[in-house]
Amino acid sequence: MQEARMTAMQRKLKIKWSDFVLALKLIDRAQIWIAICLLPLAIFMLLPLVYLFNHAFKPLHELFKFPPTFIVREPTTGNFSELFAMTESTIVPVSRYVFNSVVVTLLSSVAMVITGAMCAYPLSKHPFPGSKLVLGLIMLSLLFATEAIAIPRFIVIQSLGIMNTYLGHVLPLVAMPVGVFLLKQFMDQVPNELLEAAKIDGAKEFKIFLRIVMPIVTPAIATISILAFQSAWGNIETSTLFMQEDSMKTLPFYMSTLTAGLSNSVARQGAAAAGALIMFLPSLLIFLIFQRKVITTMAHSGIK
Amino acid sequence: MSGAPARPVNRKPGISERMNFLLKEMWKYRLSYLFILPFMAMFIVFILIPVVSGVLLSFTYFNAFDFPSWRGWLNYQNLFSQDIIFLQHVLPNSFKFAVFVGPVGYILAFLLAWLIAQLPNTMRTWYALAMYAPSLSAGIAMTVVWTVMFTGDRSGYINSFLLKWGIIEKPVLFLLDKDFLLNIMIIVSIWSSMGIGFLAILAGILNVDRQLYEAGRIDGISSRLQEVWYITIPMMKPQMMFAAIMAIVHTIKSGGIGVQLSGTNPTPNYAGQLLIDHINDYGFIRFELGYASAISIVVLLMCYALSKFFGYLFAPKEDE
Repeated sequence: MQEARMTAMQRKLKIKWSDFVLALKLIDRAQIWIAICLLPLAIFMLLPLVYLFNHAFKPLHELFKFPPTFIVREPTTGNFSELFAMTESTIVPVSRYVFNSVVVTLLSSVAMVITGAMCAYPLSKHPFPGSKLVLGLIMLSLLFATEAIAIPRFIVIQSLGIMNTYLGHVLPLVAMPVGVFLLKQFMDQVPNELLEAAKIDGAKEFKIFLRIVMPIVTPAIATISILAFQSAWGNIETSTLFMQEDSMKTLPFYMSTLTAGLSNSVARQGAAAAGALIMFLPSLLIFLIFQRKVITTMAHSGIK
Repeated sequence: MSGAPARPVNRKPGISERMNFLLKEMWKYRLSYLFILPFMAMFIVFILIPVVSGVLLSFTYFNAFDFPSWRGWLNYQNLFSQDIIFLQHVLPNSFKFAVFVGPVGYILAFLLAWLIAQLPNTMRTWYALAMYAPSLSAGIAMTVVWTVMFTGDRSGYINSFLLKWGIIEKPVLFLLDKDFLLNIMIIVSIWSSMGIGFLAILAGILNVDRQLYEAGRIDGISSRLQEVWYITIPMMKPQMMFAAIMAIVHTIKSGGIGVQLSGTNPTPNYAGQLLIDHINDYGFIRFELGYASAISIVVLLMCYALSKFFGYLFAPKEDE
């Protein structure tokens, strides 16, 4: 009997395999064309990255060449050593800013994703009284220009007494309406029957959320994680407005002080270029890791 | 529901009865409220309260130092009757900018996402990275790359090409000329508009079940175009909606491009002045925060109307 099953499975596999080959042959040519046609555009779009990488390794005389050379001619690591040497004489070392940034970014992006997902789930699946109102408010807040609420926010932070604390960095970032909205849109696609079935099997809400909904919306989670990381890592606002002590400020703020008001001077331009690359690398890494996650989960998600 | 007492059908329930029913409903969904609590607490404290106070500020004169003084509708009246810069430059600029950047960026995002979704896995990540790169580098390189391209003397790339080919006699001051600035801003914005909306669409397209295409093929779908129209787009309505709203938000909220490119705020002859630049101009250069708040309320209302319009546009097809 086992043998019979084996052969059945083998047959199945064989059919699947030949289908796969056929599909590959059909798509192959189209794929190559797409890849070739998109290549110039892709290269053009990648220019800023190429520029960032090359710029950081340029010696001083190349930094100021005009028209600028995109590709570095005589690469040097001098810019990086200059960047780290600069803070040796100051009270706050660069490592402190890095530490602050890492703590703040990790805490806030994890909090953003978790609270966002938890909020999106009932909005999508439970028609609780007031859910329309909550969703409307979140959508409306997407549209509000944040420039206009800087001062009221400052007053709120001040009256909460969380200035110069990590909470002052993290809490204002946690409410990310974009995340809730995107996650809600993805959760709308999760079939209700699946949740009903789990409920009949005796799963509690929290288990349904964790075991069924979350795995299906992993692509959305990955996308939001990229965005959350980017917004937290590059955030200057909380450092400028809510932190008065230098030791509590973050790396992007320090980077902005390197170039602000110095745009015409020669000094520190190399360090700023190196700093820009250091600021950028984590975003790039996070993007690559999570985008890959999006693609692999797509390939394996069987529930639909 | 079986436990609820049978109510006469033709009698409207009284207020206390309705309150009772609402409270019961709310108790039934107590877990849902617990789920949204952490986010909503932060949302109310750091977004809702500031926004509401922003609305209140828009009715006052406030210079950030003295206590705001009540002005009623005066800010709004001034905005629509006195503010010549707003009416002559900012509004038409923003309108033109939005009309070009919004739809083009949106369609391009869908097109590119669909093309990239057709590629094999490893290639896909790299192409996605390439398209997302301008948003990823978040303006660090944006101005550097583009200002270099459009620099106003013969050292700028575009100028030197045009000179070499004999199309122009002398270099054009692209970034300071009011005929060029807005158009260049539109190009740059489209270039950097493959942001979160693009990623959402890409995830959405990949999320569509492959079996549906098989089924479609059996039902007589023959070309890729038909596949897109009959399967992909209907299946990913939620993501399309998200991307549409993000496109609106991106176009209306993007400001500062003209300022960055031309290097001055206000931009030369107000050629590249957008709504957000106008808010920044009044809010953080002239410190008329009440007036700036009024402008942002108007911006909010415009965004709201637009997103409603898009919702209306997308909604009827949802039932099909």
